[in-house]
Amino acid sequence: MIIGQIKDGIVLDHITAGRCMDIYNILKLGEMSCTVAMIKNADSVKMGKKDIIKIFESIEIDLEVLGYIDPGITVNIIRDGELVKRKKLSLPEEVTGVIKCKNPRCITSVEQELPHKFRLTDAENKVYRCIYCESKASSSHE
Amino acid sequence: MKSIIDIMELSTAEIDELVSTALDIIDNPAKYSEKCRGKKLATLFFEPSTRTRLSFEAAMYELGGNVIGFSEASSSSASKGESVADTARVVSCYADIIAMRHPKEGAPYVASLNATVPVINAGDGGHNHPTQTLADLLTIHKEKGGFENLTVGLCGDLKFGRTVHSLIAAMSRYSGVKFVLISPDELKIPEYIKTDILDPKGIEYVESASLEAVMPELDILYMTRVQGERFFNEADYIRLRDTYILSTEKLAVAKKDLCIMHPLPRVNEISVGVDADPRACYFKQVLYGKYMRMALILKLLEEAGK
Repeated sequence: MIIGQIKDGIVLDHITAGRCMDIYNILKLGEMSCTVAMIKNADSVKMGKKDIIKIFESIEIDLEVLGYIDPGITVNIIRDGELVKRKKLSLPEEVTGVIKCKNPRCITSVEQELPHKFRLTDAENKVYRCIYCESKASSSHE
Repeated sequence: MKSIIDIMELSTAEIDELVSTALDIIDNPAKYSEKCRGKKLATLFFEPSTRTRLSFEAAMYELGGNVIGFSEASSSSASKGESVADTARVVSCYADIIAMRHPKEGAPYVASLNATVPVINAGDGGHNHPTQTLADLLTIHKEKGGFENLTVGLCGDLKFGRTVHSLIAAMSRYSGVKFVLISPDELKIPEYIKTDILDPKGIEYVESASLEAVMPELDILYMTRVQGERFFNEADYIRLRDTYILSTEKLAVAKKDLCIMHPLPRVNEISVGVDADPRACYFKQVLYGKYMRMALILKLLEEAGK
């Protein structure tokens, strides 16, 4: 099988090796009709091994979510076969609706309509805390 | 400073300003007796807390203002399923300032995001209780003349005691402060207090299982109640409740100018015999709490009016 050149679309490069399925699921790429190619464990000078996702259509991607899950990802935007923009992600200052607060004493546990919002409090250790109860986000994202 | 949810939202300069206003209120109460004429404080207490509610209400009355509100969730619209956000919006139409206590952590913050008047967090579960810390700070200032170069002993439930965590955070901003953390193993201070507050600032602290051993070095002794509601196991609660009981005998080796504090209510952790000791400051602490709430209400209303 040959993975063709993208005319209009997005290449997510420098994904931490082994995480491309997570990214695929979180961005709900499986629910879209566009062509998607995933490359696992590609050789990388910088990372040793990396994953890559190629999306053969220009779609909206939630960079906040992506930055939270894997801040090392590079987002390459392709138009007419040319690379028109390259974005290096970083940890977002705030994430909304990505992490759920699991503290049973938090106000979000009883008020369902409140957005689950977390703020970055320690970038070095990737610590996010609930803006309401200040509980630390657990490492898994839901 | 539109609202006050967490003590750490106040800079040391703002705390100094509140302390200075509170001291002036103590010296010149008549000067303040009409300051809030025509203003209304809404006390929204979604769980009972007689002490804090009465302190807020007394504070507002002494400023010449009025008070509306409820003292438990069952007598509010929350019992009909109204959200905290909607309650805050509605009450903003009736009152000039809100004091809210809620069993859920973050509820007063949600209120502050939706209210059009200042919101004071009067306690949200085990999370924050900034006006208790303000009461503690005024007590320390009144009794010790300032906040610097003090050895502060905190004794009892250091694990769940939110007043202890807030006081450590607030006091850690002053130079020369040393903490002595006295608790049984099961109720030791959470690791994050050390890694997030004490260690980064290089603040000196020692942990001790014995109150007697450290008593002679303390300038402040902050006693806390071991709260039964935090335990799943009754036997553990009974055993730990009686771990540290402050008695006149234990105080024999303490400094002559020790300041004994307690956020109250106490169960049995301070013997009644200690009440007569001039070093017992916990009832004065209650009074200082009212003065600090007066200072805070004044400050927030003044800023809201700008």
